[in-house]
Amino acid sequence: LTCSSGRTVTACIYSLAFPLQLLSRQICVSSAAWRKNLAAAGPEKFSEEYIKKQVEEFNIGKRHLANIMGEDPETFTQEDIDRSIAYLFPSGLFEKRARPVMKHPDLLFPKQTAVQWGEDGRPFHYMFYTGKQAYYSLMHDTFGKVLALEKYQDSMRNKGLFTKDTRQMSLTGSRWLLKEELEELLVENISDHDYTRFLQLMERLLSMPYCAMEEEFVQRFRRQLEVQSSKQEIPAVQHDENGVAFSQAEGRRKTAKASIKLRDCGTGSITINGKSYLLYFPVLQDREQLMFPLHFVDMLGRFNVEASVEGGGHCAQAGALRLAVSRALLSFVSAGEMESMRQAGLLTPDPRVKERKKPGQAGARKKFTWKKR
Amino acid sequence: FLHLRGHKTLRKHCTEKYHNITTWTSKLCLFFPISTQTCHTELHAGQYYTLPPAHMRTLFPHGLPPRFQMQMKTFNEACVMVRQPALELITCLRKADYSEPALRYVLYGEKGCGKTLSLCHVLHFCSTQGWLVLHIPDAHLWVKNCRELLPSSSRPGRFDQPIQALNWLKNFKTTNEHFLSKIKTTQRYVWTKRESTEEGRPLGELVDQGVSRVKSSSDVVGALLRELRLQAGGAAEGAFRLAVAVDGVNALWGKTTLKKEDKSEVLPEELTLIHNLRKMLRNDWCGGAILTTLSQTGSLFKPRSAYLPMELLGEEGFDNMDPFVPIPVSNYSDKEFESCYLYYLDRNWLQHPHSRTEDGKKELIFLSSRNPSILERLCAFL
Repeated sequence: LTCSSGRTVTACIYSLAFPLQLLSRQICVSSAAWRKNLAAAGPEKFSEEYIKKQVEEFNIGKRHLANIMGEDPETFTQEDIDRSIAYLFPSGLFEKRARPVMKHPDLLFPKQTAVQWGEDGRPFHYMFYTGKQAYYSLMHDTFGKVLALEKYQDSMRNKGLFTKDTRQMSLTGSRWLLKEELEELLVENISDHDYTRFLQLMERLLSMPYCAMEEEFVQRFRRQLEVQSSKQEIPAVQHDENGVAFSQAEGRRKTAKASIKLRDCGTGSITINGKSYLLYFPVLQDREQLMFPLHFVDMLGRFNVEASVEGGGHCAQAGALRLAVSRALLSFVSAGEMESMRQAGLLTPDPRVKERKKPGQAGARKKFTWKKR
Repeated sequence: FLHLRGHKTLRKHCTEKYHNITTWTSKLCLFFPISTQTCHTELHAGQYYTLPPAHMRTLFPHGLPPRFQMQMKTFNEACVMVRQPALELITCLRKADYSEPALRYVLYGEKGCGKTLSLCHVLHFCSTQGWLVLHIPDAHLWVKNCRELLPSSSRPGRFDQPIQALNWLKNFKTTNEHFLSKIKTTQRYVWTKRESTEEGRPLGELVDQGVSRVKSSSDVVGALLRELRLQAGGAAEGAFRLAVAVDGVNALWGKTTLKKEDKSEVLPEELTLIHNLRKMLRNDWCGGAILTTLSQTGSLFKPRSAYLPMELLGEEGFDNMDPFVPIPVSNYSDKEFESCYLYYLDRNWLQHPHSRTEDGKKELIFLSSRNPSILERLCAFL
């Protein structure tokens, strides 16, 4: 590397490789033996000043990197950083997490709570001695809200304005936080039991009539679900010389690759690699696989299929063709039917591939004969 | 198509009235008496007609495909669909001039299209017309899996197959009982030092000779074929027409899987039965017809997708068979499929309730691609 300020760059590079080992804390939690209480931990390994310094170094390093790559330092995004690092430090390692990475220290360093007690040794939080102060304080707050809602309900009843059909929160399209996400939020370890209790309390809150008042509080603990079918790519419908509509699609399964042209002709003939499908797939099961997408949308005799397929065995080829036909059918089918096809599993590529054989074993799972002595 | 539907109600009346008739009945349509069986025309295409059981036992001791025999046993009757290739063949046979040398007809088509059954249909027609039927059920059986291969007694360099010849002679006897006493031999045949058949003896004796003396059965077959060839369509009084039907004719010009004692391969010409059959298939005789079928199913060393005459017969076979009338047999048309489907429904063969719906029918069409044998296998477990 040739650059003007070699020293700062090396410092920056040093910060790259170092924090990777600590990344494991957030991910593999909930081992019964490992119940480290972070709140009660001593002075943290990384003080606040240290992290601040890391952030400054990261920013300076980012600008230097932009200069090295000859790009504008002001508009240098994280994607550009990743691209540049992959270019400057090419790595042949298969594990992506073992490769050099340069990210903002907040993402790399685990979140840590500051020291929870003062100089005299007295803790700041009133729930410190429960052990999981953030969790219990959250539960306490939530229950406080439940009680407040009940009180409000009673006051409405007293006034005579109690109605059951108040504005309800819309919970469709969102899900509760996962246990890992909750842990991340609270910066604490939580057991499965605690998590279940939290969810129960939330459900209880939502079951009350006037829960819409606490909508903002509840939405903090919900995440939006993405609509799956909006991600589907529908192949475009083209027209050939005679005006017949056709669409092309591809599909893969194991090692087999198939590409088809679906024509809206009227006969139900299917040609695979130039042969009739009866000759190509003498096994009934393969023909049934081929029939499944067309039969599902009730368009059996309507389409002509010209297919070319290679690789894999006969079942893999049949599976690849089935996926290709389903994808090609998307352009002739309405959105509701597309959703039902997705739910039937017609549009999902099958991720199963042959598992690798491990050393010390006869196959992927099969072990050598076990001898007692 | 319309008249198929309309006659369903008629059929109900007819079944009540004619319940006990074992003569030929036309399924899904009006009943036809015996004489009009010969008048099967295009009107009847797609309909089923029943073969009487007595005829079945004499005509086809060995000729029918095994799955059809199972179906016969299940349904307790032999129903054959009248189809276009068979009709074509029958019209050709009716119009042919029998003073000319015999015409060769070759039925060809993809696997499972119905070539063998069409051949059997035509043979039934021939036998009702009073022809002598020479039916070789599967020529492939003669070129493979032979346990005993004896060197020929009459000619050096040739091989005999006594078991196959014996079986065939027995079946021939069952089929053509009434002809055996009428036809006489024209030549003296010497089998061994002590046995011979004189001139002018009835054919029945020749056949019995072959059946009893197993060793010379192949030569008997050769002699029989020669006699029939000479006498077919000959003199006015004992005139008969000869129908030579060979199923799987491509076996005669292909390879064999039989080996001599020194592990070298046996060529088809070196087998007596094949040699005589080839002589039979030459069109140098008059007064009959040669009906053949190509078959990939039993063939040796031929790819599964081969079905055209050129591919299956090979160069040598094609030259030998040339000129011939090719008759293609294809999968069911819409009408024929409909007829087959209704037949299975009628016989309560399709038990699954979904198969009686329109959707089920579309599924069947797709899965079998209208191939008769695949459809039959599919319906077998429904």
